[in-house]
Amino acid sequence: MTALLEVQGVSKRFGGLQAVGDVSFTLQEGEILGLIGPNGAGKTTLFNLVNGVYKTDTGSIIFSGKNITGRSPDQVVHLGLARTHQIVRPLNGMSVLENVIVGACYGREYQSLRAARATALEVLEQVGMASRANSPAHSLTLAFKKRLEVARALAARPKLLLLDEVLAGLNPTEIAQMIDLIRKIRDSGVSVFMIEHVMQAIMNLSDRILVLNLGHKIAEAPPAEVVKNPDVVEAYLGFPDIVDKLRGAS
Amino acid sequence: MILRRPLLWLILALAALFVWLPLRNHDVALREDLILVAVAIILTSNLNLMIGYTGYVNFGHIVFYGLGGYVGLYLATVLNWNLIVAALIAGVTVSVLALLFGLGILRLRGAYFALATIGVLVAVQAFVANFEPWGRSTGMYVSFASYAPLGGARRALWITYYLIIGVMALSLVLSLGIRRSKFGLGLFAIREDEDAAIVLGVNATVYKAIIYSVSAFLPAVAGALMFFKNGMIDPSIAFEYMLSLEGIVMLMLGGQGTVAGSALGGALYERLRSYLLTSPRLSEFHLVIAGALLLLVVRLAPGGLIGWLYRLVPRSREVVE
Amino acid sequence: MSGILASMIDGLLIGSVYGLAAMGLSLIWGVMDVINLTHGSMIALGMFGMYLLFSATASNAYFLLAPLIVVGLVLGIIVYWLAVNWVVDRPILMSLLSTFAVNMVVIGLGTAIWSTSPYNVNFSVPGITVGEYTFTGNHIAAASSAVVIALLLELFLRRTRAGKAIRAVADNRAAAELMGISSTRVLMVAFAIGIALAMASGALVSTLFPFTILSGAGYQLKSFVVTVLAGLGKPFGALIAGVLLGLLEGAVSPFIAVSWIPLIEFGLFVVVLIAFPRGIFGKATA
Repeated sequence: MTALLEVQGVSKRFGGLQAVGDVSFTLQEGEILGLIGPNGAGKTTLFNLVNGVYKTDTGSIIFSGKNITGRSPDQVVHLGLARTHQIVRPLNGMSVLENVIVGACYGREYQSLRAARATALEVLEQVGMASRANSPAHSLTLAFKKRLEVARALAARPKLLLLDEVLAGLNPTEIAQMIDLIRKIRDSGVSVFMIEHVMQAIMNLSDRILVLNLGHKIAEAPPAEVVKNPDVVEAYLGFPDIVDKLRGAS
Repeated sequence: MILRRPLLWLILALAALFVWLPLRNHDVALREDLILVAVAIILTSNLNLMIGYTGYVNFGHIVFYGLGGYVGLYLATVLNWNLIVAALIAGVTVSVLALLFGLGILRLRGAYFALATIGVLVAVQAFVANFEPWGRSTGMYVSFASYAPLGGARRALWITYYLIIGVMALSLVLSLGIRRSKFGLGLFAIREDEDAAIVLGVNATVYKAIIYSVSAFLPAVAGALMFFKNGMIDPSIAFEYMLSLEGIVMLMLGGQGTVAGSALGGALYERLRSYLLTSPRLSEFHLVIAGALLLLVVRLAPGGLIGWLYRLVPRSREVVE
Repeated sequence: MSGILASMIDGLLIGSVYGLAAMGLSLIWGVMDVINLTHGSMIALGMFGMYLLFSATASNAYFLLAPLIVVGLVLGIIVYWLAVNWVVDRPILMSLLSTFAVNMVVIGLGTAIWSTSPYNVNFSVPGITVGEYTFTGNHIAAASSAVVIALLLELFLRRTRAGKAIRAVADNRAAAELMGISSTRVLMVAFAIGIALAMASGALVSTLFPFTILSGAGYQLKSFVVTVLAGLGKPFGALIAGVLLGLLEGAVSPFIAVSWIPLIEFGLFVVVLIAFPRGIFGKATA
């Protein structure tokens, strides 16, 4: 296996708050890497640093052999690193299909409008939204808006997909469908880096898990080991049921 | 394909109508009415590229028209260049200036950008009013000799009229072309959610600067032609703040974001304005009526007349877009 | 050298009136995220309000500020229900266009009534002479009035229940609503105060310079500059920034033609917006 993403000593400070401090990790090609941590641990900030929404204070980010530190999000997408948002951001005035076409048009392959349309239809089929292609994006339910986020990112034909809590707010059936989808995405050759609070899901899906607490990495290991890690258990203390869930899931 | 769009043929038919109507009886008064309608459509449809397509309010759109007028008039009368060349160079010059300005002020988002555009208008007006080669606050006049290459003043007026109609048709075709393009899709994404668009890969900074610059080109060409036709220019008529603002009324009235809406709004409002301005009892109240109209449209029908039509006859969308 | 000093002191005095105008804009902007494009026309109405009242009563113009502020509050409530209440929380385009429409109506009516020819308020306060320079009494009186009104507003915002409610809503509307504050009423009051401040500043300007119904536009631009200099929603900061702008104008005016000033102000506006997106007095936050 080769490393697809290498993050080296990355930090970000907001005023007096050290949101992310000296975090390093690598993500192998073809792997699903989970990212967990208590609320405020800096998970979404780390995503924002990786895809260039925020500029890093220190450290470097190498993606697919290229140094992408300091590149803007739109440049990062062209290199094949796409993401979804924790709080869904559909382009409300446009149809579902148009939303996905934007993803394809401006993604890694920078497709023409015609090619992008074909890609978008294909991706919508893949995520099970083909029948809703012409619905206005604002009319979707939360579950479908989350899928739309995934579809838009997939349409960019990424090598790496960052998924920010795509399961939050979904009911058990919808969660099962989404997990199935994420597996299929990985099987199609796209690596996945995902933040998730639904422990059972992330323990089952991930090859390895990265744990953040207060902006710092406290563990990076396969799920079975993460659960036994004393630092991780301590970070989750005060959430005893989560400790149980961690144990139960493994 | 754009050639298959019914609207393209509607635009060309409209332009043909504009050419034919005054020519039928050599009706100069009708020509003067229509040229104002054409200018309104040019300004509105280009303004729509910013407000309707990209979601950025430009309160100072008229600055392109006025600057184009100045550059064009200077080239055509002081340097005695060919009118068409002068107008094209005016367009290019103003577009380049807009691109440079745009890269600066388009770093501002939403309301801040809108405020900055008011500033651009005031600042450019202040600059021109102090600029010696352009006659400072007294402006410039077209010397009678400048009409000679076009075969005399009478013929020159007809020629500028046809050129303006051509610019009007071009403006609408440009709007339609952008609307159906990948570039346009990127603009719409910026309009809906700029941050999300950037994460999807749209280079918002460059796109916004380009569209700001593109929206300057044809109004500048039109300004060069119109002020040449009018025979004079000065800072207060070239950068008439109210006209800039009325452009927004026209766009909202017709329906922002649509090509047909910008044309319809421009034409209807311009006719209304001319009627009000020439009516002895209402002429003083034309701004009041325009303001009230805008308030009503924004409050009751934010989609404008075209939005209303789409709701009434959903299938009309296919034809009009 | 002392010429510049005199010019700067003059600028400082006028600047406090700019500051007062900007306080109105800043308050509304900060509390409800609405950019009030009626601002310029309300400044103009303040000028003509002063003109009418002064012509009718021939009393001390600065005492007439009190009734004008009351008129401003009433007018503010009317405009709020006409054009603002329904655009709060709507896209910025809507609030810009809606307040802008009211601006057009007011300017249109004003033009119909007073045309665009200049008027002036013929009232003067004796000046103060220092050495070879005389500072006009009106400048001093206008600046003092502006500072007094600004201090009263600051007291109101800090000491009274209603004022605290306004600050709470500006800070976090959702939280304020949970605490039982009726945000619609608070927004209405804040908007009315903003309009009253604009009118008061217009009234003060009318005692300094001749004016037309279109004069408000220039002061509106200055208010924008001052507001972004101060950082949004910081009314008292706006007063200080207004004084700074006046000082700057005073410092440059002996050297360049007045007609260049808009260009300088606009340059300042853009540079400040880009370099200090949260205002010079603004705090950096996450």
